[in-house]
Amino acid sequence: MTDQVQRMDVTAGGRVAKSEKSKLVKRRYAAERRFRFYGMAAIGTAVFFVFLLFGSIVNNGWSAFFQTKLDLTVHFDESVIDKSGQRDRMTLLTANYRKLAREALLAELGVDPADRPMRRKAEALLSRGAAIQLRDVVMDDPSVIGTTQKVELLASGNADALMKGAIDRDVPESRRQLDNRQVAWLDELRAKDILSLAFNTGLFTYGASSQPETAGIGVAAIGSFFMMLIVVLLAVPLGVAAALYLEEFAPQNRWTDLIEVNINNLAAVPSIVFGLLGLAVFINFAGLPRSSALVGGLVLTLMTLPTVIIATRAAIRAVPPSIREAALGVGASKMQTVTHHVLPLALPGILTGTIIGLVQALGETAPLLMIGLVAFVVDYPATPMDPATALPVQIYMWATAAERGFVERTAGATIILLGFLILMNSTAVIMRRRFERKW
Amino acid sequence: MVEISAPVSPVSEGANQADSVKMSARDVCVYYGEKQALFGVNLQIPTNEIMALIGPSGCGKSTFLRCLNRMNDVIPIARITGDIELDGEDIYAPDLDVVELRARVGMVFQKPNPFPKSIFDNIAYGPRIHGFSSNNKTDMEELVATSLQKAGLWEEVKDRLDQPGTGLSGGQQQRLCIARAIAVKPEVILMDEPCSALDPIATAKIEELMDELRSDYTIVIVTHSMQQAARVSQRTAFFHLGVLVEEGDTDKIFTNPDDERTQNYITGRFG
Repeated sequence: MTDQVQRMDVTAGGRVAKSEKSKLVKRRYAAERRFRFYGMAAIGTAVFFVFLLFGSIVNNGWSAFFQTKLDLTVHFDESVIDKSGQRDRMTLLTANYRKLAREALLAELGVDPADRPMRRKAEALLSRGAAIQLRDVVMDDPSVIGTTQKVELLASGNADALMKGAIDRDVPESRRQLDNRQVAWLDELRAKDILSLAFNTGLFTYGASSQPETAGIGVAAIGSFFMMLIVVLLAVPLGVAAALYLEEFAPQNRWTDLIEVNINNLAAVPSIVFGLLGLAVFINFAGLPRSSALVGGLVLTLMTLPTVIIATRAAIRAVPPSIREAALGVGASKMQTVTHHVLPLALPGILTGTIIGLVQALGETAPLLMIGLVAFVVDYPATPMDPATALPVQIYMWATAAERGFVERTAGATIILLGFLILMNSTAVIMRRRFERKW
Repeated sequence: MVEISAPVSPVSEGANQADSVKMSARDVCVYYGEKQALFGVNLQIPTNEIMALIGPSGCGKSTFLRCLNRMNDVIPIARITGDIELDGEDIYAPDLDVVELRARVGMVFQKPNPFPKSIFDNIAYGPRIHGFSSNNKTDMEELVATSLQKAGLWEEVKDRLDQPGTGLSGGQQQRLCIARAIAVKPEVILMDEPCSALDPIATAKIEELMDELRSDYTIVIVTHSMQQAARVSQRTAFFHLGVLVEEGDTDKIFTNPDDERTQNYITGRFG
């Protein structure tokens, strides 16, 4: 520092007085310090908001990964399930499992089944999904009929909320979702270790449901997976082929300039417009099934294509021309030069661009709303032609529901989506590092 | 340029070699779009000699060199008129396969440009794409070895053929590029300022190498260094502003040029 100042004085010669010179230097240093401070402040603000965002989402969403369960001893009464003893599939499917679950709980609480108001109160602690859980047990293995088994059943959304502390016990009974009797029962069950919080596998496997405890991202995840598959299968070959042709083979003229401008414009088109296009072309004109992953995938392909083309062109342009000359110089044809040298060297850049395009597509909601992927889909889609939803759309749908269970699921599903996005982005970074070459 | 222990001094044999012409250019003009870069060049390149193309920057010597194996085809706006013949065969004939031409007329570039592959693959790439029996491993190994030996690189790299060619020093990389060109068994080797990115010692090695290669190949070299032209070549052509000013025995060009512009250039009055 002092060295610099001294040198400055020497070179200044007689033109500027020494004191004035040092003032100038001081001012320059101050400006530099100020600029560095602005930069740090900007980064600090950005980091603060990132942490705020993640903090609030995790704070709201962590509880979605746990679910209140009841370990009940259920007697699979043959007279309730299948009186005839024929084990007919239809009979088994439509039996009154609700009654079995209720009786198991009533027995545990010591409530007389004949006391209807009390029975109803107790039953409200059980999820409506409990009957389906029992049905699944029986359908899996009909030999349980007539036996007594320990079964883990879902508690109702309100019981779950109380366990997680979302229902305030100090609120007057008349304004609480659970009355004093029910709260006392829950405390009793908890003391007996029947009521407990466990990891919520249902969040990953269930489809749409009107009850938060039986709602999950299963259908949405499969829908999103199908769409990503379609995007990869269509956007990557189309995008890479287009970019290769434009960069390596196409003549430079007004037409290619026009195409280039339009590809760049396409990348900036609002995504909802792609949704309108998909609705008009794929559904109304081509007659593809509404709210299917196929149409969603096609629309997202159109949206991702410009990104892939632009990234691929940049990667191809980054391959030094000397490599092309070297290949041509030993007598490789244009095609051989491209496939043997340019493409392999551009591959890391292409992969990175493609993954970034996929990340964009995975998080996209607006165009999917236009083509009917906002749907209440309970069953897993077996093919891309079946009705499905997508992860961000599922989040959007849950965000409009009022129950506490849906609020936490909204944040929980957001955590999962963010997790995917971060995972894919890190893959892109790692790949770029791994395959990067030095000339 | 530093004076280096001079490689074998060229002996002028111009007159008795003139009858065997390897390549000849007749009235060659090149245009880049509207701009004309070469004006009616007539030049004969004798067999098994080193022909040096000299001249100030932008005089068209590199352009002319790149016409000789049609590397200018890559530039969309480049247009060429006139005839260039290789062994009496028009290389711009419509039915001529440009890939085959480049296998016969190899090229070494200004900046060493090895492929980012192993040393072995760098050499083997050319023969492979030209259908050299790639299933016969020992044949290929032998070809790689002889190519590297001819390029004087074998002793330095024989234990690390599987390592990337980009890891070599600049001079070694340039010799690797020469070996790569040799491996395709060309008849003519074009060199576009092959030593401009190298230090004097590496330059001396390449110059020595060129003199050894002369017995098997016809070499055309573009160089900015007049000393280099004087050291390595038997014949020299001086280009100025897209015109071939003068061509003749290197000794004569450097001691007693006919044209005043040549005289001015070699005495350092411009360029």
